[in-house]
Amino acid sequence: MVLQRWFDQAAQQSKASGGGVIAGAPKALGLTVAHDEWRQAAEDMAANGGRLLSLWASRDGNGEDIVRAAFIADAGVLIPSLPLTAAEADYPGIEQWFPSASRMQRAVADLSGLRATDADTRPWLRHAAWPESFHPLIHAHIPPSRAVPVIDHYAFVPVEGDGVHEIPVGPVHAGIIEPGHFRFSVVGEKVLRLEERLGYVHKGIERRFTELPLLSGHRLAARVSGDSAVAFSWAYCQALEGMAAAHLPPRAIWLRALALELERLANHLGDLGAIGNDAGFAFGLAQFSRLKEQLLRATQEALGQRYLMDLVVPGGTRVDLPSTGAELLMESTQSIMAEVDTLHTIYDEHAGLRDRFVGAGVVTPALAAKLGLTGLAGRASGQAFDLRCDLPCEPYGDLAPQKAVRTEGDVAARVAVRFDEVTESTRLISRILRDLPADSHHAAISVPNEGARGVGMIEGWRGPVFLALEAGGSGMIRRCHPHDPSWQNWPVLEHAIIDNIVPDFPLINKSFNLSYSGHDL
Amino acid sequence: MLKTLRQICRTGIITEPPPLGDDTLRVADALQSQILEVLGRALCIRAIDAGSCNGCELEIHALNNPLYNIEGLGIRFVASPRHADLLLITGPVAKNMEVALRRTYDATPDPKLVVAIGDCGCTGGIFGESYASCGRVSNVIPVDVAVRGCPPNPHQILSGILTAISRAVPGPASFRSSV
Repeated sequence: MVLQRWFDQAAQQSKASGGGVIAGAPKALGLTVAHDEWRQAAEDMAANGGRLLSLWASRDGNGEDIVRAAFIADAGVLIPSLPLTAAEADYPGIEQWFPSASRMQRAVADLSGLRATDADTRPWLRHAAWPESFHPLIHAHIPPSRAVPVIDHYAFVPVEGDGVHEIPVGPVHAGIIEPGHFRFSVVGEKVLRLEERLGYVHKGIERRFTELPLLSGHRLAARVSGDSAVAFSWAYCQALEGMAAAHLPPRAIWLRALALELERLANHLGDLGAIGNDAGFAFGLAQFSRLKEQLLRATQEALGQRYLMDLVVPGGTRVDLPSTGAELLMESTQSIMAEVDTLHTIYDEHAGLRDRFVGAGVVTPALAAKLGLTGLAGRASGQAFDLRCDLPCEPYGDLAPQKAVRTEGDVAARVAVRFDEVTESTRLISRILRDLPADSHHAAISVPNEGARGVGMIEGWRGPVFLALEAGGSGMIRRCHPHDPSWQNWPVLEHAIIDNIVPDFPLINKSFNLSYSGHDL
Repeated sequence: MLKTLRQICRTGIITEPPPLGDDTLRVADALQSQILEVLGRALCIRAIDAGSCNGCELEIHALNNPLYNIEGLGIRFVASPRHADLLLITGPVAKNMEVALRRTYDATPDPKLVVAIGDCGCTGGIFGESYASCGRVSNVIPVDVAVRGCPPNPHQILSGILTAISRAVPGPASFRSSV
C-alpha cells in the first residue's frame, strides 16, 4: 500500500516535471522529488520489500545536476530524480536502507562531484590517474598528463588483535582473471575480514558514451562486460527503441531472447566447469569446457559469432537465423543437455565435491535480503527474483520461464541454481527455435528527440542488467548509465568469505563469478 | 567413479591440430632469438587483463579446453610474472592499471615476449584514449605481436602466440642441456 502511493504519485506527475511513464522497459515510472521525499522513498522501499537497482547522476540540458535511483518492487520500477541547485553539491545518502548504495554514491562523487551525506567518503573508481577536482562526467578538459604514473594510498579498514595479519592480493591475479585488489585479514587460515578494492579496469565508459551517436551506442554497451554482451546491448536497444517509439517485428524480439539464453547457457557451462576445477576436480573443467566450445561453435555457425557481441542492434538483430542454423542449434543444445545430465549426476554423487561445496561461502536468505544480493547468487539465497518472470518484456511473457531458487546460500546452492537454469534455458531455446515467428529480423528506427529518456532492464546470466539512457542534440547520447548486478553482489562476497579459510576463497569467488569490467566501467 | 571413468572413455582424445604461426601478425622485428635457444617450445605465459571488457579472457580460457589443449603444445599459463617468458595482455590499458602493468612487465625476466590481444590491445578499440584509458598496450610497454579481433577466437590467439615463438627455427624444437 505504501509503495502503491509512490507509484500513483509518479503516474500522476506530468512528463514536463520528470514524472510519468519512462520509455523502454515495462512498468517504469519517473518521479521528481525533494530532499525529504528522496529519503522517504528509500525508507519506504526498504520497509516494503523494494530493492535498489541502481543509483547514478546526470546533468540535464540546462546544466542542472540530478541524482537518480531505480527501485524495483512488485508494482514495477520507480525512478526518483532529485534535482540539486548549483549551491548544493550534497544529497541525502540512502546507505542505511540499502547498503549497496554506498559504493554507487562514492562512484557518483568521483565521476560527477556530487556527494552523499553518508559516512564513507573514500574515492571508489578514482585511483591516482586524475585529481580529485576533476569530474569526468562534468569537466570537458582533462588535466595535463602526469610525467610519472603514481599509486595512491587507499585507506583500508585495519583489523587488529593477537595473531591477525593481512594478505594483500592483486590487482594482477594468479590466473586468467580480471584485476582487482583483495585485502584479507586472517588468523591462521581463517578469514576475519575481506575488503575489496575495485576500479582498476575503469576505462571511462560512461564518458565515452557521450561521444557516440544514439544509433551506435549499442556497440559500447555490448562491451561493458563482454560475458554479458547480449544482456547489455539488448538493454540499450530496449531503452532506445522505447524513446523512438519503435515497433519491432516479433521475430527480432524472439531472436534476441534466443541470443540471451545462448549467452546464459555458455556462461553457466563455463562456470560449472571452473567451479569444479577450483574444488580440485579437473575432469569437470575438461568436460564442461568441451561442451561450452561445442555450443560456441554452433553459435558461430548459426549466427556468425562465437560470442554475440554485435548481434543486437537498434531495430532488431544484425543477422537473421537461417533454417539450417536453427536446426544446428537445436541439435547441439539437445546433445549438450544430455551430457549435462550425466555430469550433473557425477557432480551430485562426488563425495569430494560435496565436501567442498556444501557449507562453503554461506549467505543466508536474511543476510541476502538485507544486503540486496541479486540475480543468480540471490536466487541461491532465497531471493526469488528474475526479471524474466517478475517484469517480463517480450517475448518472456509467452515463454513463461521457471525460476530456479535455492535457500541454502552456499557454493552448492549456486551450483544447483546453475544446473537448473541450464535445463530451463535449453527448454527455452528449443521452444524459441520451434515457434520462431516468420517475419523480419529488423525494422528501421528513427532517432529520438533531444531530452528523451528511456530505461532498459534485461535479466542477464548474472542478474538484472539495468541501463538508463538520455538523448542529447544532433542524435548524440547525452547520458548513458549501464549498471551490472555485480555492484550489488561484490559487497556481499565480503560477507560470504567470513569464517571460511583462505584456500576456499577462489572457489567461493568463482561461485559468484562477478564482473570487474561491468562494475568498474 | 565408474560414471566418471565411463565419461572419460566415451569422450576420448578430441584435441585438434594447432594453427601455424603467421608472420603478418608480427609488429616488431626485435624478436629475441635467445628465447628459442633457451626455451625450445616450452613456454610459460602470464595473462594480464589491463582493462579489457573480459571478452578476450573468455577466449583465452578456451585455449585450455580439450579441443585446443594448449598444454599439449608445451605452453602453460603461470601464476607469477617471475615464471613467465611471454606476457599475454588484453584490453586498452586502463590508467588505473598502468602502474601494475609496468611493474608486471619489469618483474618478468629477460628475454621476454609481449603479445597484445584483441582490438583494444592493438589500437585501444572502442574505448580509445581518454582520461581513464592509455589506449593500446604498446603505448605503455613494448609489444612483439598484436592479434586483432573482438574478441579474437582461440585459433587466432594461439596463432599469435606461435608467431611470437616460432622464429624460423630449423628442425624440431629442443631444450638446451644447460642454461
